[in-house]
Amino acid sequence: MQLPDAEQLLTQLIEKIRPDIAGNTAIVGIHTGGAWLARRIHQALEIALPVGVLDISFYRDDYSKIGLHPQVRPSQLPFDAENSHIILVDDVLYTGRTVRAAVNELFDYGRPASIDLAVLVDRGGRELPIAARYTGEVLTLPENSMLELRQSDDGKLSLDLRSLTTG
Amino acid sequence: MGVHPQLNKNGELQHLLTTEGLPAVILRHILDTAESFTGVTERDVKKIPLLRGKSVFNLFFEPSTRTRTTFEIAAKRLSADVINLNMAVSSQTKGETLLDTVDNLSAMHADMFIVRHNQSGAAHLIARHVRPEIHVINAGDGWHAHPTQALLDMFTIRRYKQDFHALRVAIIGDILHSRVARSQIHALTTLGVPEIRVIAPKTLLPAKVERLGVHVYHNMVQGLQDVDVLMMLRLQHERMESAHLPSTEEYFKYYGLTPEKLALARSDAIVMHPGPMNRGVEIDSEVADGTQSVILPQVNFGIAVRMAVMSILAGN
Repeated sequence: MQLPDAEQLLTQLIEKIRPDIAGNTAIVGIHTGGAWLARRIHQALEIALPVGVLDISFYRDDYSKIGLHPQVRPSQLPFDAENSHIILVDDVLYTGRTVRAAVNELFDYGRPASIDLAVLVDRGGRELPIAARYTGEVLTLPENSMLELRQSDDGKLSLDLRSLTTG
Repeated sequence: MGVHPQLNKNGELQHLLTTEGLPAVILRHILDTAESFTGVTERDVKKIPLLRGKSVFNLFFEPSTRTRTTFEIAAKRLSADVINLNMAVSSQTKGETLLDTVDNLSAMHADMFIVRHNQSGAAHLIARHVRPEIHVINAGDGWHAHPTQALLDMFTIRRYKQDFHALRVAIIGDILHSRVARSQIHALTTLGVPEIRVIAPKTLLPAKVERLGVHVYHNMVQGLQDVDVLMMLRLQHERMESAHLPSTEEYFKYYGLTPEKLALARSDAIVMHPGPMNRGVEIDSEVADGTQSVILPQVNFGIAVRMAVMSILAGN
């Protein structure tokens, strides 16, 4: 299928977020795709607070089933989470479990005034009561497929769809 | 269980019993994971929900403050329930065998045992005995191994020196009675340190220690030349059954780390010590509290490393 252009979606997403930026707005990306987007949004909107990155491996709900992810990166929230307006950024919103884990982790840094969610693609299929406030595009995709954001060496973003069926 | 009693059939870490024979990829995975845990200490909530609902039993058959406490803090930071058992004053003194004790605690739904014992092989014995869903961590057994101490030492070295492949490391002191030294030597070798030295009087070195691939020195002046990392060991009075040394004063004169002896090493060398320190016996206060000492950071890193080990084990 024809996937939308990630760079165009990002431009649209940035324009949707722009009117809501305040002095204590912080951008936090979920590792790895969300972190790429967060850095771009942070730069484009000239956000004062430094950008944050979350690796939610320690908060996943499937740890007891699949164990610890082999490559955990440190989370970095280089601002005071207390009373900040956080915009959480991820590349693809699907079951909502990643966002649930990220929100839990954020609260362990303090009590934010608010948390909003911005995603490049909402592909439906939610298993939890979670919705994005800012969405690049809504896509309907086959259930057994994986949509991923890629970043090329020159920093250009693109979407990639892979089938998860084997054999 | 086969050659590696600490690995499961998928080659993943099931128990942590020794650093001997542990593949470099597993050692690095533990160090990398520990890196992610160091940030948790600086947060508002110093807890992660990974081991929520799990029970960790601290089985200490030998006195220990630092190791037991850091294991307890690490388990609590991972949201586990921690049960401390001071076995020296417990059922074993009433005649119960080690494995009966373990069976009883397993019946209380233990998920993990942290074991410290004065007999080499105690943690292995328990690991072979327990059900496959229970994990065992060796927190020191006799003269044999103390893998989490060695891992936190590796973490400390990597923090200050980055690359293991260009280092000269000296382990100094009572190698003979030291499970820490054995675990350090295995870990340093696996991680690719090209030159490991041991510096000690003959009476405090195990027979044929050079078989471990280390260079043996009996003299600090030669041994400390161009060294990047100094790993001091405690003089273990309680393990000395016969006279290995004329006196502690004599020992300090020849092997105690003073600022003058430290000056023989590289100017950017770091000084480590697993604790507890005997000031004025193996190390001079001026060195222990000096700018090249990383002894207190080691304690802090110990928490992150133990969190990493527990979370990797519990997930396998």
